Amino acid sequence: MSKPLTARWAVADTFREPKKVESVLDLIGDTPLVEIRKIAHSISPAVRLFAKLEGFNPGGSVKDRAALKMVREGIRSGKLAQGKTILDSTSGNTGIALAMIGRALGFPVELVMPSNVSLERKRTINAYGAKIIYSDPLEGSDGAIRHCRKVLEQNPEKYFKPDQYFNPMNPQAHYETTGPEIFRQTDGEITHFLAGIGTSGTIMGTGRFLKEKNPRIRVIAVEPDDALHGLEGLKHMASSIVPGIYHEAELDEKISVSTEDAYAMVYRLSQEEGILVGQSAGAAMHATLQVARKLRAGTLVTVFPDFGDKYLTTNLWVGWRDRMAVGNLTFSI
Amino acid sequence: MSVRVRVPTPLRKFTNGADEVNAQGPNVRAIVDDLDRSYPGIRERICDETGKVRRFVNVYVNGDDIRFLQNLETSLKDGDNISIVPAIAGGL
Repeated sequence: MSKPLTARWAVADTFREPKKVESVLDLIGDTPLVEIRKIAHSISPAVRLFAKLEGFNPGGSVKDRAALKMVREGIRSGKLAQGKTILDSTSGNTGIALAMIGRALGFPVELVMPSNVSLERKRTINAYGAKIIYSDPLEGSDGAIRHCRKVLEQNPEKYFKPDQYFNPMNPQAHYETTGPEIFRQTDGEITHFLAGIGTSGTIMGTGRFLKEKNPRIRVIAVEPDDALHGLEGLKHMASSIVPGIYHEAELDEKISVSTEDAYAMVYRLSQEEGILVGQSAGAAMHATLQVARKLRAGTLVTVFPDFGDKYLTTNLWVGWRDRMAVGNLTFSI
Repeated sequence: MSVRVRVPTPLRKFTNGADEVNAQGPNVRAIVDDLDRSYPGIRERICDETGKVRRFVNVYVNGDDIRFLQNLETSLKDGDNISIVPAIAGGL
């Protein structure tokens, strides 16, 4: 591995040429893949780890992809037309994506989310002008799903509901974009793909594409280790309403990650790599490192669903220096 | 003191599905202990190995976060309402 201060990325005096596009929606997808080097120092030199930085999407998360695909399919099929309002339940990032896309295309947006989603999410959605309907925080995202169904039942003609947990266009977005991008960005050398499960759209669609290209690519899902967890955006499947798009048989493996380990990895990514991400990315990286340790050779790719700026007001960062004793880093992994 | 405790979905497997239960004790710590006697295993979901409330769990007494009161030592009176709320919303 190159020494950081002499490496190309330390001394290059050029920037990438920015794109010129017609709409903010043209900026969705085609996100960069970054190699994770320092955190991977203890693994075999023939094992390489990469993370897809979905925070580069204009809405700030991987959810832009699915939201755009579902909305476009709604328009194509005629279910979403002028006069309709977009409605869905979300724990946040899909809400931001729909709020942004709705504005760009001229549709009003209403979102049902538990009142304990992070403050940044609420404010961002509000800033796009979308309406937020809060559901009981004790009922979690499943409570939001149920509440959203009631809102729809009361006024079915008013709404178009993308229904991200059950809409095949959600995984299809990843089959058409995330999968091909990763395969191309790794020159087809990817051996393992790991992603967290929320709706499961990312892992299902991307995994399906990669398996078609090379059935030996292992597709590994990452989930919280317990029903009560602090990994915003992720679902503990055994205790949740199982999304209709989730097909466990298509996975090679599932890895459970504790909230504490995921948080510790968020701190490591910010301190060692200079990449500030959300807790679901911490969980994904933790699991990726676990798999990498057992390999002699391989190219592992995971997804960092968003950046960390959406979580700065959450408990994630309360007292983190004390817990991690930065400068004298001690980790359980 | 007898208080009402609202239980979030992911902990209802301990309370046989009940979303609200009664518990006895002079402060929040005693309530958590009492809950664990009635519903063994629930304490370690709420508190870590050092006995502190886990970071991703918020406990409210009559709507106030105990982190801004006296934490687990927050004293209680009869009829207080306690809510155990996951600090984030994801995937419950």
